[in-house]
Amino acid sequence: MITSFNDLLPIMPLLIVTATSVVLMLMIGIRRSYITTGFIAITGLLLATLVAASMMSWTNQQLTPLLIIDQYSLLFTVIVCASAMVLAILSFPYFFELGDEKEEYLLLLVVATIGAIVMVSSNHFISTVLGLETLSMSLYGMVAYPLHVEKSAKFPLEASVKYLVLSATASGFILFGMALIYAQTGTLSFSSLTALSVTGLGDAYTIVALLLLVSGMMFKLSLAPFHMWTPDVYEGAPLPATAYLATVAKMAMFVVLLRFIETSEALNFDAILIVFTLIAVASMLAGNLLALLQDNLKRILAYSSIAHMGYLLLALIAGHYVVGTIAIEAISFYLIAYVIMSLGAFAVASVISSSEKEFDSIEEYQGLFWRNPWLASAFIAMLLSLAGIPLTVGFIGKFYIFLGGVEASLWVLLAVLVLGSGIGLYYYLRIIYRLFMPAEQEQPYRIAGAEAVSSYAVLAILVFLLLLFGIYPAPIMSIVAMASVTF
Amino acid sequence: MILLALIVVLFLGGVLAWLSEALDPKFPRFVALIAVLIDLLLMLSLLGADAEDAGWIVQLNAEWMPRFGIFFHLAADGLSILMMVLTAFLGVIAIASAWDEITERTGFFYFNLLWALAGIIGVFTALDLFLFFFFWEVMLIPMYFIIAIWGHENKNYAAMKFFIFTQISGMLMLVSILVLVYLHYVQFGSFSFAYLDLLEVNTSGAIEMWVMLGFFIAFSTKLPSVPFHSWLPDAHSQAPTAGSVLLAGVLLKTGAYGLIRFAVPFFPEASMQFAPFAMTLAVISILYCAKLAFAQTDVKRLIAYTSVSHMGFVLLGIYAWNEQALQGAVMTMLAHGLSAAALFMLAGGLQHRIHTRDMEHMGGFWAKVPRLSFVALFFSVAALGMPGLGNFVGEFLALLGAFQANIGLTVAAAFGLIFASVYSLWVIQKVFHGAYRNSDFDDARLHDLSRREMFYFGAMMIGLIWMGMYPQSFLDLSSVPLVDLLSHTEQLLSAGSGEP
Repeated sequence: MITSFNDLLPIMPLLIVTATSVVLMLMIGIRRSYITTGFIAITGLLLATLVAASMMSWTNQQLTPLLIIDQYSLLFTVIVCASAMVLAILSFPYFFELGDEKEEYLLLLVVATIGAIVMVSSNHFISTVLGLETLSMSLYGMVAYPLHVEKSAKFPLEASVKYLVLSATASGFILFGMALIYAQTGTLSFSSLTALSVTGLGDAYTIVALLLLVSGMMFKLSLAPFHMWTPDVYEGAPLPATAYLATVAKMAMFVVLLRFIETSEALNFDAILIVFTLIAVASMLAGNLLALLQDNLKRILAYSSIAHMGYLLLALIAGHYVVGTIAIEAISFYLIAYVIMSLGAFAVASVISSSEKEFDSIEEYQGLFWRNPWLASAFIAMLLSLAGIPLTVGFIGKFYIFLGGVEASLWVLLAVLVLGSGIGLYYYLRIIYRLFMPAEQEQPYRIAGAEAVSSYAVLAILVFLLLLFGIYPAPIMSIVAMASVTF
Repeated sequence: MILLALIVVLFLGGVLAWLSEALDPKFPRFVALIAVLIDLLLMLSLLGADAEDAGWIVQLNAEWMPRFGIFFHLAADGLSILMMVLTAFLGVIAIASAWDEITERTGFFYFNLLWALAGIIGVFTALDLFLFFFFWEVMLIPMYFIIAIWGHENKNYAAMKFFIFTQISGMLMLVSILVLVYLHYVQFGSFSFAYLDLLEVNTSGAIEMWVMLGFFIAFSTKLPSVPFHSWLPDAHSQAPTAGSVLLAGVLLKTGAYGLIRFAVPFFPEASMQFAPFAMTLAVISILYCAKLAFAQTDVKRLIAYTSVSHMGFVLLGIYAWNEQALQGAVMTMLAHGLSAAALFMLAGGLQHRIHTRDMEHMGGFWAKVPRLSFVALFFSVAALGMPGLGNFVGEFLALLGAFQANIGLTVAAAFGLIFASVYSLWVIQKVFHGAYRNSDFDDARLHDLSRREMFYFGAMMIGLIWMGMYPQSFLDLSSVPLVDLLSHTEQLLSAGSGEP
């Protein structure tokens, strides 16, 4: 129960972000100003990041049955807020020339972040659903945002409706699964299911409930075979919204999945374990194979994110076999790596794109290296990291996954991981090769104005983190290890 | 510290070379040359030093990722130093061969060249398996760029194939390394990636063969050996000359080095069981690729297949696993490094002059370019194993050692020497003798070797003659580490057989 002011301290980041959204709403109601709105949103998210980071060393408590504020949730609160801030900075120039009201986009972004924070701190079905729906509802709006703009050549409406319908169905699955589990356990908190299935309605019942719940979650993570919506939504949505969907939304969902699986010990059911293994194999193969055929950068990143979620699932399965926290560390580190490199890849595309013209076909990047070597180098670093090449954080992430897999002796999954990564190289290298080809025609890239300076700065920071965590990962490793112990 | 300096000089030199392009496109090559020369001098200063600690002449050990017991551990013994000197020497040669050939994007070219060299030197000195893998991969990316940007007509395909082959096999090695580390964790209770710690791991058991194969596939892809060799002809024929020099001269040697340093000592029992298969693969490489070389019309593809054939002797020597055979393997690595690099430079030089690599368009060049023809004859004869030159010493010792291990296979491998004479002399005959043919290219462009070219070919000739006439100066350096490795594996083998 919350009885005093001190009880509110652990959820300060959440409160700050919520206050930011309220202030934004009032601001927009009184007087529209894109610059002020942007400033408030970015400042609020920055403040939340800093507060959450400063709390990491001393906060560890269950606050009401709904929220758990431990090192682990705080670590991901920091990452969620920081990524949201990065995305706000990237969105700002992107929507600058949108011929429509544009302030609400940032409001939606902040509200979605509230949902994500609730999700990473949740160990209760109610808070999971609340967070998830807050996040998803805002995302529907973000995906469809440039709807009224004539010049926008993409398909925001198609993307949004597709996402809305399928996502709502998945939410229905999740809720139904939760209801069945509630009927079994009598509690909405995440709790162990293994002991209960003996006294309750039996294994088969629990397995059905788990399958419903988990398949809904896997839909949100776009794991194969629940991945069909991903490329279309990625392609149709405006770039910053795609980036939000790909990073913050997936990360928050994976943290919930991890917490649920670890607490409920769902993998003790052989059927669930087999399903997870099959889905991991399918995701690693489908993601990498389907990306081979694409010429659109956003679609490639969509398929590559399917593969990356498959790698993460491998680590999750490894967690069932190994003693100790190595699998949780692997997942945490890989999530951080994934967020950095995906944000970076989207940031490259978004600094030269605007809501009027998106550069998302890989042909349009031909010769970028010779025209803008710094931007191209940043892009190459991100792509090599996604491919898991050393010097980058992606390699250390993959190293963790391999280590977890070896300790758990998951030889089949590891073989698929090697194969999938090998196939994956092809499409990353294809993009890189394009960057080095002689430029055929002068693409009218947007000339970076003053408002894009911050985007370049953000990109520079992302590249710096990518290399820092790739070359000297010891500090972040110890943070991840510390957070995983309290898990 | 000197080992760190070797790598840092190259990394920084690469960055400087790139930046200096903005001032003048001619600057990068000077910057690159200076950086590699500094490295070469630093290495030569190591040659006189005595081994201080258990055979390691110089080492550096710093904590890197304590969570997993990963250290930044560089160390060099005689074997590493030989390989490093070869690397730096061929680095100078590669820069010299690129001097006039690379005219576009020079800054980025020399950046990649130096970073590849830094990665290779890292591979030869890393004594922590994580660090080793790190450098193993770091040397690939610049090489990919060199082939993909400055390569010839089919560069994208070749570069992609090279990268994917080496990367997939590299990931198999990563899995094997991690299994080894995990076994160490189970047996000793802590994570460690240190080479000397992992040597202590008891690997015997059903899994040993699989883990060994992970290493073997990675190294024999790089070597390359049949059946993982198919990337090499493509990569070589498409790479610019400097790229071919690095590939043939040193990159292939990292595979052999890995087998000697890691694959066999970690898994002595599995390696002994596997040796007949590995030696059979070696013999197939020697004979089959010699046959393939004979069938080529593209000069660079031809030399690429001869490389695979010659590296077969190295593989044969390594899996014979006795001192003579290992010395032979090391000598072959050094001598082949020089002779193959020189042959690729000749092929590159010809292509630069007449814009074709097709031998059907060549003939009777001796009359027109006598110096070039003589140099070509010298290195062809060296490659076919003429006594008095380095390659002969290496291949002879390898065969001598292999004869003690497996007579049948060695007899078959010896036919490789005959085939080598056939294809080498056939090329000389076809390109340099007979009637002069100039119908297919611009005659005026076919000029003889310049003074600079003579200089570096001369330096490589001296190297080969030195190796052939007085190999002891090289054998002395490599014998200490090789004997150590041999006694280590014998110890383990006898301990293993002693148990019931």
